[in-house]
Amino acid sequence: MHELAISSAVLESVLRHADGRRVTSVKLRVGHLRQVVPDSLAFYWDIVTRDGPCEGSVLEQELIAARLECAACAREWEIELPVFRCPTCGGADVRIAAGDELEVESIEVEEEPACTA
Amino acid sequence: MHRVKVRVVEDALDANNTIARANRDDFDRHGVTVVNLMSAPGAGKTSLLERALRDLEGVRVGVLEGDVQGSLDADRLASLHVPVVQLNTGNGFGGECHLDANMVRSALPALPLEEIDLLIVENVGNLVCPAEFRIGEDVRIMVSSVAEGEDKPLKYPLMFRACELVVINKLDLLPHVDFDMERYLHHLDAVHPGVDTIRLSARTGEGVEEFRAWLRQVPVRAPA
Repeated sequence: MHELAISSAVLESVLRHADGRRVTSVKLRVGHLRQVVPDSLAFYWDIVTRDGPCEGSVLEQELIAARLECAACAREWEIELPVFRCPTCGGADVRIAAGDELEVESIEVEEEPACTA
Repeated sequence: MHRVKVRVVEDALDANNTIARANRDDFDRHGVTVVNLMSAPGAGKTSLLERALRDLEGVRVGVLEGDVQGSLDADRLASLHVPVVQLNTGNGFGGECHLDANMVRSALPALPLEEIDLLIVENVGNLVCPAEFRIGEDVRIMVSSVAEGEDKPLKYPLMFRACELVVINKLDLLPHVDFDMERYLHHLDAVHPGVDTIRLSARTGEGVEEFRAWLRQVPVRAPA
């Protein structure tokens, strides 16, 4: 249910960088731990972008698997389920190495060709 | 017309985080410690405040009440005789399901920060969105209740990780609901190992003193 809030935040960031230009596509990196449902995010993207410079743009979502790293035994592993204890040593001092991203990587905008006359 | 790629590499919540830092600077300047209180609707955030803030001697408390609509919660807290400011996220039908840094910022002028040591921001009841939006707080407290079932940490890991304390409320209901405390704590430990927990009943007052003690030890930051 937080895909609406997230799509609005993404839009705000994109508009700032588009600087008035028409946006045709947006590349977003989404970590597994952010609990974002890609279809839902795409659905809300179409709604929040209506009547603006991002209307009709494609939201490309790169999904990033969640990887944890144990400070005690240095094991690194991937998780599907939200279990944040080290499966080897049971340690709780675990760092998120990947999977908590919610990052606008790049946007594609339309520009007038530079005047050559 | 041709297409140009623009590299951005920016956290989508960057704008919110920037405002949250500005809020925090303002709180720091006034020496105010800020707690972001989150939960599902009906977990008992307001009841807990009604009970806990009544006997929190020595700490000057203020409350910022976030709700989609109305001032029912702020009205309930009026008898505490502490500054309470209502913040509504809705306009007409519908409204934001969480507080963000900018909404909190808009409420700052109404808050007597120089007369407060501890500001409690009661977020909109929601187990998902509030976890994403920092508001300039020092600590986040998540209130869950035994009426919600022991599987909730596994279903809402984002929220159960985005906090420094998990309160388990409505202990008085334990005999009436199918809630396995050991299983709940096991799930919580998987999702957020080592997080502080306090079991209490805002209704009977059991365990509430422990909650007050936790609030008191949230370091009160000296004015800059």
